[in-house]
Amino acid sequence: MRRDSHGVPGLRGSPRRGEQRRLMVAAFRSEDDVLAATREAREKGYEIVDVFTPYAVHGLDRAMGLRPSRLTFACFFFGLFGLVGALALQFWSSAVSWPINVGGKPWNSWPAFVPVAFELTVLCAGLGSVAALFWRARMFPGRAPCLSDPRVTNDHFVLVLAQSSAAFDADEVRRMLAPHDPALVHERVEDAP
Amino acid sequence: MADRTELYDRDESFAVNGRPDRPGRGAHHGSGHGSHLAPFRVPFIDGDKTLAQVTDEVCAPLERKSTLAWKATFAVAFTAMAIGVACVAYQIATGIGTWGLNRTVGWAFDITNFVFWIGIGHAGTLISAILFLFRQRWRTSINRAAEAMTIFAVICAGLFPIIHMGRPWLAYWMLPYPNSRGSLWVNFRSPLLWDVFAISTYFLISLVFWYLGLVPDLATARDRAKSPLRRRLYAIFSLGWNGSTRTWTRYETVYLLLAGLATPLVLSVHTIVSFDFATSVIPGWHTTIFPPYFVAGAVFSGFAMVLTLMIIARKTLRFEEYITVRHIEAMCKIIIVTGGCVALAYGTEFFTAWYSANGYERFVFLNRAMGPFKWAYWTMVGCNVLVPQLLWSKKVRTNVALVFVLSLLINVGMWFERFVIIVTSLSRDYLPSSWSGYSPTLIEIGTLLGSFGLFFTLFLLFCRALPVIAIGEVKGVLGYARGARKGAGQ
Repeated sequence: MRRDSHGVPGLRGSPRRGEQRRLMVAAFRSEDDVLAATREAREKGYEIVDVFTPYAVHGLDRAMGLRPSRLTFACFFFGLFGLVGALALQFWSSAVSWPINVGGKPWNSWPAFVPVAFELTVLCAGLGSVAALFWRARMFPGRAPCLSDPRVTNDHFVLVLAQSSAAFDADEVRRMLAPHDPALVHERVEDAP
Repeated sequence: MADRTELYDRDESFAVNGRPDRPGRGAHHGSGHGSHLAPFRVPFIDGDKTLAQVTDEVCAPLERKSTLAWKATFAVAFTAMAIGVACVAYQIATGIGTWGLNRTVGWAFDITNFVFWIGIGHAGTLISAILFLFRQRWRTSINRAAEAMTIFAVICAGLFPIIHMGRPWLAYWMLPYPNSRGSLWVNFRSPLLWDVFAISTYFLISLVFWYLGLVPDLATARDRAKSPLRRRLYAIFSLGWNGSTRTWTRYETVYLLLAGLATPLVLSVHTIVSFDFATSVIPGWHTTIFPPYFVAGAVFSGFAMVLTLMIIARKTLRFEEYITVRHIEAMCKIIIVTGGCVALAYGTEFFTAWYSANGYERFVFLNRAMGPFKWAYWTMVGCNVLVPQLLWSKKVRTNVALVFVLSLLINVGMWFERFVIIVTSLSRDYLPSSWSGYSPTLIEIGTLLGSFGLFFTLFLLFCRALPVIAIGEVKGVLGYARGARKGAGQ
């Protein structure tokens, strides 16, 4: 039943075209409550669409069963690209395209190429990982925010469950959430985009 | 109670390198915290705030009308910047003959200013990246403003070499692009070209790091903005942020990666700046001590500037409960350490000059301390070696007004350090026949003034337009001193 880190980047995007999805939205006032509620929901096999928080709540990724991000690999490959590209550019321009004698040094005086190679490694790795993040998390200028609760960027922690099967019993879910002191629990129907 | 132990576990797993508890600091912060106080922790933020309170208070300066103090400061900064613009326009139109440089002293004010401003920037990266890697969570109150300071300082720094070129409209010739001159490539063996790559990389990475940190806070500002224009602007730049944990997880991964990349980057930038000097054969420059000496000096001067700015900001924006006296104390301690490194470097330079038994080297250092620029040298020693020693006293560190004055003195001292290194060495090189003096012209002084004007203008605009304190990060440390974090949300 559970869905891991695939898909479902926001509230939108998961249901197939033309389908509707019923959601259970519960807002909490503290990170402890939302953590405990998320753990319990996952243990009981409910499909957690996402949890929305005003700050990064540590341990929530584990509570949701998210896999660690693979953006580290993107960073490594962008960095490698920067390093190889910088060394190749410096070798080619200094030793092949137009060799110039600078202080009697060899054409391929690679120790002098280290600083620029280092800087371009860092530059490509840094900009590349941020670009990869924006692409993966679909963050782009002017994207309409899809807020689960108007106070989610202020002081509410929102757990969104999908009513994924016929066996989903809204009352039972409310009973499960009640001990975690939710500020608000309501059902919402989400249209497919 | 079971819940509580679990929370402690989680907290400790988060604090990988840091100490999750601070035994010995005492439990004197009992008032106002009620029963959920952990006895060994001092909170990072005063006032036992709720999450909504943090949002309201940090966003308040963006939403209220600008105060008279802000307008007055802005007018002063803007005037200084305008003077600088006029001076730069004049010297570009006329040529750098408007400066006091001569054939012997070919670098003076402009390169001093360049190194000074780059150094200022380094504290911002130290706070945002290195303290992040060391899990120093007190940084959350000051990292946003310190990163902004970095960006503005690098802008100021970058202008000086470009102006110094004399033909700044040809600045793009420094980039390796295919051109109609052959292609004639840039000289990758020159430290000055390394500078181009180091400074532009530093600027771009700092900018991206800062912006990434801002995205969640821009979303917070967006969701509470009253005017449609503000709402729209914040919406564009907050990239549709909605607080999703999936996005937070990826965001935090990338934030950690950037911190890991920025840490060696910041060390490399001032190392490369010092190579501008160290790879030359000028006496007093041609030393291997320069990279660590410059990096320590950069962090030292940068922290002094962070203190200057933070003390003004906490007072004028009413952030005393966020940027507490404990934060100021912590920064003072870093100043003691880096000031000690700088003092050690001064001493080592003299020792090496003596021990080298090289007459030229010995002469250069005696000339620094007793030659025509001895006033600059002793200003530097007074401000950089003696002044920080006052900070050993807790009474001094907790006296905010005094710390402010000391931070200004250190800024002055660190500017003179670069001036001493550059001008004393150049004005007295190996050939007495080429010896020369140097004094700045009004144009050069106006340009320096203008760079301060630009820096403060940008910083003041930043204070009005963006959250000066990282709201999302501060919320994450609110529960630090509380036995259970539950209180944070209520």
